[in-house]
Amino acid sequence: MPIELNLGALKRTRWHEYLVRFVLGGLITAFAGWVASRYGAVPGGLLLAFPAIFPASATLLEKHEQAKKRRAGISSTIRGRLAAGLEARGAVMGAIGGMGFGALVWKLLPQGSPGLTLLLALVSWLAISSLLWYVRKHHPWARSVRSGLRRP
Amino acid sequence: MSQLIVHFLVGGVIVSVFAVLGDITYPKGFAGLFAAAPSVAIATLSLTLAAKGPGFAALEARSMIVGEVAFVAYAASCTYCLGVRHTRAAPTSLLLLPLWAAVAGGLYALILA
Repeated sequence: MPIELNLGALKRTRWHEYLVRFVLGGLITAFAGWVASRYGAVPGGLLLAFPAIFPASATLLEKHEQAKKRRAGISSTIRGRLAAGLEARGAVMGAIGGMGFGALVWKLLPQGSPGLTLLLALVSWLAISSLLWYVRKHHPWARSVRSGLRRP
Repeated sequence: MSQLIVHFLVGGVIVSVFAVLGDITYPKGFAGLFAAAPSVAIATLSLTLAAKGPGFAALEARSMIVGEVAFVAYAASCTYCLGVRHTRAAPTSLLLLPLWAAVAGGLYALILA
């Protein structure tokens, strides 16, 4: 399946679901800033990798997939949970890419341009994560050891 | 206080942008990458750079690598619970958050402290 952007998916999300993610993201960022200014950069930096988006997006994904099945007349399904499981597997790869992001910022920031360093680190995060996803999806070895997860 | 409000607003906007990207991206396995996007890091590092300079921000980024190891453990556990044990998403993703804290705190004590 090719990678696609479906803007229609935005209509399924209610305004309060956007608000929840805005507030959670804001609270975590404010807390990370507070910890860094009170206890220093080393403990504060840990919170830069806090799973701020995942719980809300996995819950929404499960809910939307269940609603889709309910509309099709199927009342009981694990499709939503499987979809959330697939998202979690993608998050593993995103987090490995996040290590690359952190390493680049750590090494390049003291010498380079801050804006360029952050941009380069973001591109590297996307490149590392996407490459891992691609290899996981298309490599014959990875297919042969596929777990109980099924594509929804 | 005003600094915390700026952190809140900038963090909220950047996290929301990545969350929306995850919503509109298919297949969902690929969209999962955005659930682990460095959104809080981008918001925090941008503000830290302006307030405390690149040295402080670089130290935060070094700790972030340790936090990401904890995120891998957290997301792998979520993958198992949701995809194999078929548990519900909300309690699974919330009840496993202490695992992230335990791994991050343990590695902090072992490596960074």
